[in-house]
Amino acid sequence: MKSLIFRTITPVITSVMMLFSIFVLLRGHNEPGGGFIGGLIAVAALSIYGIAFGGETVRRAIVFHPLSIAGAGLLLATLSGLLSMVFHVPFMTGLWVYPVVFGEEIPLSSVMTFDIGVYLVVVGAVTSIALSLEERGED
Amino acid sequence: MAASSSPADLSAALVLQPVAALDWLVILPVAWCISIGAILMMIRHKGVAQPLVAIAGLAVLVLLDAALLWHVAQGGPVTMVMGRWLPPFGIAFTVDLTGALFALTSAVVALVGAAAAIDDVNASGRRYGFYPFLLLLMAGVSGAFLTGDVFNLYVWFEVLLISSFGLLVLGGEREQIDGAVKYGFLNLVATTLFLITTGYLYGIFGTLNMADIAAKAPGLQAQAPLVTLTALYLLAFSMKAAAFPVNFWLPASYHTPRIVVSALFAGLLTKVGIYALIRVGVMLFPAEIEQLSLALAIVAALTMLTGSLGALAQNDTRRLLGYLVISGIGAMLAGIAIGGPEAIGGVIFYALHSMLVMTALYLAAGLAARLSGDFSLGPAGGLYRHYLLFTALSLMLFFSVSGLPPFSGFWPKVMLVKAAIDGGVSWLAAILLLSGFLTTIATGRVFLLSYWRPADAPAAAVPQPLAFTALLPLLVLTALSILIGLLPETLLNLVQQAASTLSEPSAYLNSVFPAGGAS
Repeated sequence: MKSLIFRTITPVITSVMMLFSIFVLLRGHNEPGGGFIGGLIAVAALSIYGIAFGGETVRRAIVFHPLSIAGAGLLLATLSGLLSMVFHVPFMTGLWVYPVVFGEEIPLSSVMTFDIGVYLVVVGAVTSIALSLEERGED
Repeated sequence: MAASSSPADLSAALVLQPVAALDWLVILPVAWCISIGAILMMIRHKGVAQPLVAIAGLAVLVLLDAALLWHVAQGGPVTMVMGRWLPPFGIAFTVDLTGALFALTSAVVALVGAAAAIDDVNASGRRYGFYPFLLLLMAGVSGAFLTGDVFNLYVWFEVLLISSFGLLVLGGEREQIDGAVKYGFLNLVATTLFLITTGYLYGIFGTLNMADIAAKAPGLQAQAPLVTLTALYLLAFSMKAAAFPVNFWLPASYHTPRIVVSALFAGLLTKVGIYALIRVGVMLFPAEIEQLSLALAIVAALTMLTGSLGALAQNDTRRLLGYLVISGIGAMLAGIAIGGPEAIGGVIFYALHSMLVMTALYLAAGLAARLSGDFSLGPAGGLYRHYLLFTALSLMLFFSVSGLPPFSGFWPKVMLVKAAIDGGVSWLAAILLLSGFLTTIATGRVFLLSYWRPADAPAAAVPQPLAFTALLPLLVLTALSILIGLLPETLLNLVQQAASTLSEPSAYLNSVFPAGGAS
């Protein structure tokens, strides 16, 4: 899209939306949010970027092929479930660690890595769809 | 790393005893397929590595399923509840002999299909993701066979449905899109019906756990419309399994994709419908299926007859095989209609046989078409002259699918016919035999026209070399069919045990609720 205003504002909007998507992802454990909705927000950010600068720019910006990102997310989610095998609890049991960094306790869990996996699957799959629609439109 | 540090009594909500390492076999087939599928998605562009990773992954899957079958055969049904929650609130994976047998056979079929695809799926098919789709399809199929939760069964149906869409449109040709639309639309209708019915089920029972439902169903017969519920499930799963009035999607779509995709679909997808029908009909609602048995028997008879008559009328081998799939589904439905452990054992046996043999037949049709250049019966011919081993394998498969001894199709047919006569439905036994006879004629016609009769145009009779590797998948499946036909005792014992666990599911219930009582 050739609008100067749109092109100028897009990097700002995209970066804020990306940050917000990660905020929503991490907030998801105890409050509304999570990997799925966070992923969709990230896709919206990438789509705006793509409308402004074209699909090729987005592909360069995310480095990996969208479907590879989705695959990595799927693998991460499955491995988060399989981690329970080591601790002799059933598949997909939530496992927690509480490391203390600079005097601050940070709860980390396999639930969170699972959610990050979901986030990546959504980002990869839906970006792939959005990009192929965007590029088909330019033909 | 403690799961929780709260002072509450956790034993009321959580599974507290540690999980035995062997019990992980319940979930591993699914987790393994998803992991390998994810890795294949990441290496989508490495055309050479794809089949290697996929075949190695599926070989491991066969081993996992075989170990699971062994574990279940040794110690009875095994349960694992996801996320440590107690059933019926946690989603349970419960595997009994039926599920394990189906899972193992499907893994074998997928492995053979992946090997056959090295020749059949070209570079563009690989780039479009044949192997990742295959692995994710297997995740869906294995999940459907292993889960012990009705809604979870629906989820696995969706997983395998979406992967099958991907496989169907692999080439992106007009004909394939056409087939995929018909297939997709009708399957979505069936899946939606399944979902709505599951909503009713939850409304009635307040639980989705199969063991819990099986325990509660007898007490609710007077108050709840369970027969309606069962009839709705019957309709939804019949659409999936391609039973007579709702099977037009199968002949309309199974001849369009690549032959190895058709082979996998013929082997796997309709059998998932049959499995769901066995699980829900026979285990959860046996009394209700009894009331519907006459309707089911008529549907089964019509499915068998339309299937085998349709096969007689076809001139394209792929379409012909599509009708043979339907005819086999009719035989399995007949077994469910007859009821009783012996008939259900016959159904399970028939389903396992049909998975192997239908896949092999599609692969054989693909090879025959590659050698003679065409799928139609008209111009082809003379394969016998140049490809003796291939012709012999095909003939054995034709005998097997027609239910002739000494191949795997013989025993389930004997079991079904005997059960039908013992159950006082001789007319169904007659139709079973008649459909077998018609199938023999249909496959005999294929053999006569494409293999035995000399080719019309002898000018084109320069034989193409047929590599042994191309025959190997066919050889493996045919050998399995002969092996099962000659040495059926082990499998017969297993399916009889599987069927009695289904008819009398106390072992299944005990595995989910070890205390003995439902919640």
